[in-house]
Amino acid sequence: MVTEKARVLNLVQAINEALDLALARDERVLVFGEDVGRLGGVFRVTEGLQAKYGERRVFDTPLAESGILGLAIGLAMGGMRPVAEIQFAGFLYPALDQILSHLGRWRHRSRGRVGLPVVVRAPYGGGVHTPEQHADSPEALLCHTPGVKVVIPSSPERAKGLLLSAIEDEDPVFFLEAIKLYRGSRAEVPEGYYTLPLGRARVVREGGAATLIGYGGMVEVMLEAAEVAAKEGVEVMVVDLETLVPLDEETLLWAVRETGRAVVVYEAMRTGGFGAEIAARIAEGAIDHLQAPVVRVAGYDAPYPPFSAIEHHYRPSARRVLAALRRVLTH
Amino acid sequence: MKPKVVQYLDKGEFPLSEGEALALYRAMRRARFFDEKALTLQRQGRLGVYAPFMGQEAAQVGVALALGEKDFVVPSYRESAMLLTRGLPIHTLLLYWRAHPAGWGFPEGVRAVNPYIPIATQIPQAVGLALAGRYRGEDWVVATSIGDGGTSEGDFHEGLNFAAVFDAPVVFLVQNNQYAISVPRAKQMRVDYIARRAEGYGMPGVVVDGNDALAVYLEAKKAVERARKGEGPTLLEALTYRLAPHTTSDDPSRYRTREEEEAWRAKDPLLRLRKALEARGLWDEERERGLLAELEAEFARELALADSAREPRPEEIVEHVYAAMGPDQRRAWEALRQGKHVEEVW
Ligand SMILES: Cc1ncc(C[n+]2csc(CCOP(=O)(O)OP(=O)(O)O)c2C)c(N)n1
Repeated sequence: MVTEKARVLNLVQAINEALDLALARDERVLVFGEDVGRLGGVFRVTEGLQAKYGERRVFDTPLAESGILGLAIGLAMGGMRPVAEIQFAGFLYPALDQILSHLGRWRHRSRGRVGLPVVVRAPYGGGVHTPEQHADSPEALLCHTPGVKVVIPSSPERAKGLLLSAIEDEDPVFFLEAIKLYRGSRAEVPEGYYTLPLGRARVVREGGAATLIGYGGMVEVMLEAAEVAAKEGVEVMVVDLETLVPLDEETLLWAVRETGRAVVVYEAMRTGGFGAEIAARIAEGAIDHLQAPVVRVAGYDAPYPPFSAIEHHYRPSARRVLAALRRVLTH
Repeated sequence: MKPKVVQYLDKGEFPLSEGEALALYRAMRRARFFDEKALTLQRQGRLGVYAPFMGQEAAQVGVALALGEKDFVVPSYRESAMLLTRGLPIHTLLLYWRAHPAGWGFPEGVRAVNPYIPIATQIPQAVGLALAGRYRGEDWVVATSIGDGGTSEGDFHEGLNFAAVFDAPVVFLVQNNQYAISVPRAKQMRVDYIARRAEGYGMPGVVVDGNDALAVYLEAKKAVERARKGEGPTLLEALTYRLAPHTTSDDPSRYRTREEEEAWRAKDPLLRLRKALEARGLWDEERERGLLAELEAEFARELALADSAREPRPEEIVEHVYAAMGPDQRRAWEALRQGKHVEEVW
């Protein structure tokens, strides 16, 4: 960290600051997407950037996600460092061909000659009563694409440093931002340019009884559960994966071996979700240390419900994490 | 060369029967009434996010009324006026915008499907639905709607090309309301009239004054007839304006001026039609009051119906994911029905 000074910012402000710094530092950085220019994005993440850097570097695109991803790929081939915004992660789907067929493959198919330093930012996740398809968590789809990295920050100060690393990275990075945290999370964020390494998980709370593993919007849910458990005298470890690809398996397995019990928390649909990958890695690498089966707390095998009155039953809560914790502790 | 913009009202022309004109006005007035009420309910916290259509009544109602009984509409999120005019009950629409499960689903007896949230995805689907009619020996026509911004999506282009290639009986309504959220038409595309694109696919493209209900209705009727006769699809571009925000979470003052909004307000499709009706002695203040009283009473009844909808059940989350519930849904369903979650009942 280059500076000691820090202010309390929310996730929107922290990401905005990272984009501002990246644009200022490197002429090759471009920010674009639907409504990111004049409006400053539907969540105001890009607010003020067009006014400061002009329409050449911060611009609105036509409403076409496949076009946005294709454009980003071409710009990166030509030596630029595009940071594209997809308005909601649930609208990545029209761009899947560009992602699956090209973004993730170019380095490999060009035998290393064409690398694509593209960053794709997209808000994801539920808990804020958005309309249909605005709360999807498609990280597993992205993680299942060879050649891309997937980063999901859980707090403003982490987001700023991770985004700056993502922009510096030579490979394509998906940077997913939990909508619930945009204004709901606040933290001290250091001023100035700093990066945080991709590919590292971090232990956000120590404890020996069990390990809770999650990322993004689920970190605060896990911490809430850990707080309640602590009041009952049960200290649990909480691990924030932060980068899903490449996964920090070392920290993950260490944390599970320490406690012998694991609960994985994610808000996507349960089957084939990223939590299944975590459970499999634990089975492969730490089975001898396990004292209970790994339990997943996830969404249900159904589309994320647009029905606001019942959506909180779909999105994992501290109560559900506690129930899972009870299961692994009493096994 | 500029395409001709079809319009009648400013020229004082009125090539419509009295009955048709009154039906148009009535449906537009009813739609506007709904839109105003919906905005109020949203502000009171009695509706979720809502996408108003104020200013676009002529475009939506004009096309809806041009359809026959067995024709379908395949709408996008802003097409509440179209759905109301097609016969979707007000309480169902309120429940839809309340994000209540009872407001979702293919509305029984209404030839319409759920509004689409992802932009442009409905376009190839509308073509498929239209072709299904042909396979089944039914001459139903499908009207589908999209915004100016939506025409930038790949699906729009693929869908139109398919429709032309298969002579599908579809009417593509582009509600060119000048903005895709904050992005003005000129920054969305470099073509002045979207209807020009029709030629590139091999179908007729028509530009209408979208705030002139007569123009929309009469051109839509021609397009529907053409489709029904097997002559294929039409691209109908209605030049209009969204007088309200994009949705209730949007702030249009960030991207457009008061003056622009006022200029379009002067072309309010409802007032334009009303003036034309009054000039012909078909409408007056007293009739307007009568209609409003009727709409007020209808809305009150429907709102009460919506308010009396039972609480949604948590287990509805996993219902209807498959025709028959698989083991994962079943386990979740049992748990949620007990007021628990799978983690608690395993
Ligand atoms: C595939 C997809 N991308 C992005 C969005 C987010 N979004 C919702 S409405 C909208 C603008 C649509 O503008 P337009 O097509 O002109 O229709 P209007 O809203 O003006 O009726 C955008 C970008 C979406 N719903 N779907």
